[in-house]
Amino acid sequence: MPRARARTLYDKLVDSHVVRKLDATGDQVLLYIDRTVLNEYTSPQAFTGLREAGRSVWRSGAALGVVDHVNPTAARRTAAMPDSQSARQVAYFAENCRDFGIELFDVLHPQQGIEHVVMPELGLVLPGMVIAAGDSHTTTYGALGALGFGIGASDIEHYLATQTLIYRRLKPMRVRVEGSLGAGATAKDVVMALIRNIGASGAVGYAIEFAGSVIRALSVEGRMTICNMAVEAGARGVVIAPDETVFRYIRERPRAPTGDLWNRGVEHWSKLGSDENAAFEREVLLRAEEIQPMVSWGTSPDQAAPIGEAAPDPAQEPDPDRRRDMARALDYMGLRPGTPLTAIKIDRAFIGSCTNARIEDLRAAAAVIRGRHVAKHVRAMVAPGSSSVRRAAEQEGLDRVFTEAGFEWRQSGCSMCLAMNDDVLGAGERCASSTNRNFEGRQGAGGRTHLMSPAMVAAAAIHGHLVDARTA
Amino acid sequence: MKPFTTVEGVAAPLPASNIDTDVIMPKQFLKGIDRSGLARGAFHDLRFDAAGAERPDFVLNRPPWRQACFFVVGQNFGCGSSREHAVWGLGQLGVRALIGTSFAGIFSDNCARNGLLAVTVGEQDIGALMERASDPARASFTVDLPNQEIAAADGYLVRFEVDPMRKEALLQGLDAVGSTLRRQDEIRTFERSHFQENPWLA
Repeated sequence: MPRARARTLYDKLVDSHVVRKLDATGDQVLLYIDRTVLNEYTSPQAFTGLREAGRSVWRSGAALGVVDHVNPTAARRTAAMPDSQSARQVAYFAENCRDFGIELFDVLHPQQGIEHVVMPELGLVLPGMVIAAGDSHTTTYGALGALGFGIGASDIEHYLATQTLIYRRLKPMRVRVEGSLGAGATAKDVVMALIRNIGASGAVGYAIEFAGSVIRALSVEGRMTICNMAVEAGARGVVIAPDETVFRYIRERPRAPTGDLWNRGVEHWSKLGSDENAAFEREVLLRAEEIQPMVSWGTSPDQAAPIGEAAPDPAQEPDPDRRRDMARALDYMGLRPGTPLTAIKIDRAFIGSCTNARIEDLRAAAAVIRGRHVAKHVRAMVAPGSSSVRRAAEQEGLDRVFTEAGFEWRQSGCSMCLAMNDDVLGAGERCASSTNRNFEGRQGAGGRTHLMSPAMVAAAAIHGHLVDARTA
Repeated sequence: MKPFTTVEGVAAPLPASNIDTDVIMPKQFLKGIDRSGLARGAFHDLRFDAAGAERPDFVLNRPPWRQACFFVVGQNFGCGSSREHAVWGLGQLGVRALIGTSFAGIFSDNCARNGLLAVTVGEQDIGALMERASDPARASFTVDLPNQEIAAADGYLVRFEVDPMRKEALLQGLDAVGSTLRRQDEIRTFERSHFQENPWLA
């Protein structure tokens, strides 16, 4: 009998969800989607499309609605939204969830939070699943052995009506992270180092599988940070083979399968992984020992460097396109070439987002600031990834560590990661941020974002400038 | 969806790499519940200053490019957020096709769903087209989807590849949901066996 073609984990996840091929090669398929999560700002046009065509939702139990992008994060939680347009989005979202029978976590719900923090912590993301959602950071779910990817509103509508998407297969890439990370180097630094290495378009058209000793040793939360931010290299799909660490994480979640279903699931999931001889079109190797705490200096996530380096000099850049982009970024960021990164003063510090606001992130930041105080000129905020994370942190006393150090202890939401609510940088304000995008205007028109790990944000807040958290 | 066949018009050069959807459609325009009113939002912070006045230096505010219906763009155009508002806004601004070396994945799908043609060409061709788009005298292009050709006013011709399924959908302005729903029996059959093999999903 001929041996079956060796397949990658990504191939297996796609193959197991193909309803039918849509072309001769099978590159384009009608792909069954197991689950989605909806938010108030990317879903309204999808629901309007359904209403106008008189269509229903195929499987309403496979969707969860969460308000996260536009809600305020002020410490005292109310149902009020920052402006009338946001209020209308939230009201229309509630109406859509009610009319189409979809469970909704509104802003007052005890489990409200950022969608990609909420889904895994509830146990709604299981290995082997394919999940598509109206948010680019849906790649987070790769950490649990699921294939997650972002879609636009037209595809949300297509999903809701048909439980499927028209899908084009990606090319497989493997990123191995081998060795062991030095003290103070985190999952965030791994993914920022990768993005710097391969560029913001380095994984366009690819699905990345992360592997290697560093990935195996990481917690599920650390793996989520990596899968989440790999989309900033252009990866539309990200996977990590599920293991005992993943099963332990899911088992205690409130909506995880139980009893016999759980046992059958684990038996099935334990076999999920790339075949030994599976071919990857591209392989990247990162040596953990070389990974230092990273910070971004520019306006694209690949414009980043280890904290010990300096802002680059465009005059030294041989490629004319890169030189032009570099000069523009430095100009927007208000940085002179050659400025040591540790000399960059900040006005704001933000710990939050689906990249880095889970409980381990808050513990890492709290460990840096315990018994110290935020610099006088800095306004510092923590927006926990979910209301559940917030309560867990309070049980550990982390809220007091933050507030005694001068941080604002806020409610959950996407908040200043993209500043759709009232948490916004002013023009020219500079922020150390545990988020995922340093695009022009992302955190507010004219605002300047430096991406880094939560511990590095905490250290920058204390010192008032970017600093190496290992020695600060 | 408006079908795309052959379109003639002005091409504007936007050479920067990694132009993201936050720049294409800033957050203040994401607060609607429909697709309308997004023309002003497209490249808003580059087109207008804080007081709302046009920035005269920006290419899309200068003749002939303020009438542009094609953009010649740098690599990885449309990266970042999944917001389809970016594509709706470009469409409402009158943009019919984007020509670049690579497009971000979600953005590229969003273009296909809205009749906006995203053409991928090689480095050499993009250089030649960027140069022509930057010259007001040579910035008129014809994009011919049936024949898969871009012709600049001076006769420079670029052949491009396009996915056959996308081409068909663009030419006809197809409604993807309606087409897929014609396969609902197949989806039901798949779903039953999928749940049998993975009962924890049912």
